[in-house]
Amino acid sequence: MIARRLTAILLLLLAGAALIPLQQHLAAEAKAAHLRKTDLNLDLRERIGQMGFLAALSGFRSPLAAFLWIEAHTAWENTEWGRMAGLFDTVTTLQPRSIPYWETAAWHMASNASTAALQNEKQPSEALRIRAQRQYFQIGRDLLERGIRNNPDRYNLYLELARLLNDKFEDYCGAADAYLKAASFPDAPAYCRRFAAYAMAKCPGRELEAYHLLKSLYDQGDKQRLPTLLNTLRNMEKKLDIPPQDRIKSP
Amino acid sequence: MNSLRSTWAIGRNTFTELVRMKVFYFLLIFSLLIIGSSAFAAKFSFQEQFQMLKDISLGAMSVFSSILAILATANFLPKDMEDRTIYTILAKPVPRISYLLGKLTGILLLLALAIALMTALFLFVLWFKEQGVLAETREQFKDASPEDLALALQEVARSTFNANLVPGIAIIFIKSALLASLTLFLSAFATSGLFTILMATAIYFIGHLQATARSYWLAGTDIQWWSRIMAALVALLFPDLQAFNFTDDVIAGAAIPLGLFAQTFALGILYVAIYFFLAALVFSGREL
Repeated sequence: MIARRLTAILLLLLAGAALIPLQQHLAAEAKAAHLRKTDLNLDLRERIGQMGFLAALSGFRSPLAAFLWIEAHTAWENTEWGRMAGLFDTVTTLQPRSIPYWETAAWHMASNASTAALQNEKQPSEALRIRAQRQYFQIGRDLLERGIRNNPDRYNLYLELARLLNDKFEDYCGAADAYLKAASFPDAPAYCRRFAAYAMAKCPGRELEAYHLLKSLYDQGDKQRLPTLLNTLRNMEKKLDIPPQDRIKSP
Repeated sequence: MNSLRSTWAIGRNTFTELVRMKVFYFLLIFSLLIIGSSAFAAKFSFQEQFQMLKDISLGAMSVFSSILAILATANFLPKDMEDRTIYTILAKPVPRISYLLGKLTGILLLLALAIALMTALFLFVLWFKEQGVLAETREQFKDASPEDLALALQEVARSTFNANLVPGIAIIFIKSALLASLTLFLSAFATSGLFTILMATAIYFIGHLQATARSYWLAGTDIQWWSRIMAALVALLFPDLQAFNFTDDVIAGAAIPLGLFAQTFALGILYVAIYFFLAALVFSGREL
């Protein structure tokens, strides 16, 4: 009986050794496909506590993220912005491949928390209020950039980053690049290229590039010839002094 | 042929016996309850609602199928010995390996049924919620152009069902089958059900760290010899359960390459076969 048990353990070790190359190959393939990216490290352990870490370790990571998301929602209702930022950080660490978590977390920080900071009646100094607002913009941006690093194969977060750079940071050059990056994905909405052109038109030094992009969109036909596109294109024609024969027809 | 027939008879019997055990009904109802209750987190955007529904449902399916696999398998051998049914079966011309294979078949059937039921309820709730959001979207876009409406509806549909849910659920099944086979191997050694459950639970946690131990061992630099040996033992003795953790990525809508899915499934089948044959080896020499 003991001999059989020892044989079984020896065979188990041999089988384990034989499976190592397959396990390594699968881990490499999963990494290449951007799968299983959660980093279960000591920093996360400190943030979610021992039980939470145990749950995350045992494959209960996504429900834990959902429960923490509900907690973040409650924090939002109580306008606890700092707590929300911490919870968002944990949720996105637990579920780094979930686009809605990154999108919503960044929106809360860059739009809601930043507005609350600007309107904070407890802070008499306007300069400090503006600084706090900008810090929340930056938290939103950091979330999106971290989300992109975890999901480089999806267009959504590039699009959100482009909107944020355009609307909050007024960084039109950065916004144009992010819109273009989003537009490069086959499943991205058609308006990404249009928005890239609008942002590029406001980016100093890239007017000619913007003009060519706008013109190529205009040449695609009526579907692209929306009022904003026509106005921006006409402005570019004037700015770049395009010869009259090459300009688009006036209405 | 006779051996196959007796294996199937034992499998069917085990399945019926397990279905009749109230503890398993309790687990099933509990998991179904979690899936159902997650559908009512109504104050979030539809993307968040679908995300959370998938998070809770697939997470619960993964954990409950694992618990079911361990508990169902750990108890049958001590129970059969206590009831003396094992002696009646093995007194007939039934090889021990057929007995074990029959038992494992019954447990796998139970796991398949449990996962199928949980999947059906999950998909129904998801579909039900999707219909509600689609109706709401149609109402909101009633004055919009057909193209805008189509885009909005497409966005809703994209957030609900995706083809990756199927391989994700298949991987949950193969992971629980692996745990059942592993627990069978442990119970071939053990003298009590409690010991088997404790060991299987410990291995469940260690198994999720096997990949870390493996890379620690194989990296090999700046590590003391004894910690390298420990890491090697963990990597060689325990299954890589992290390899079966696709659920989180599936929920997030990430695409699982077909080749990776097929190879992971094959790895699961290999583990099931290895643990089963080792269990048969130990059980064939065990004094009953």
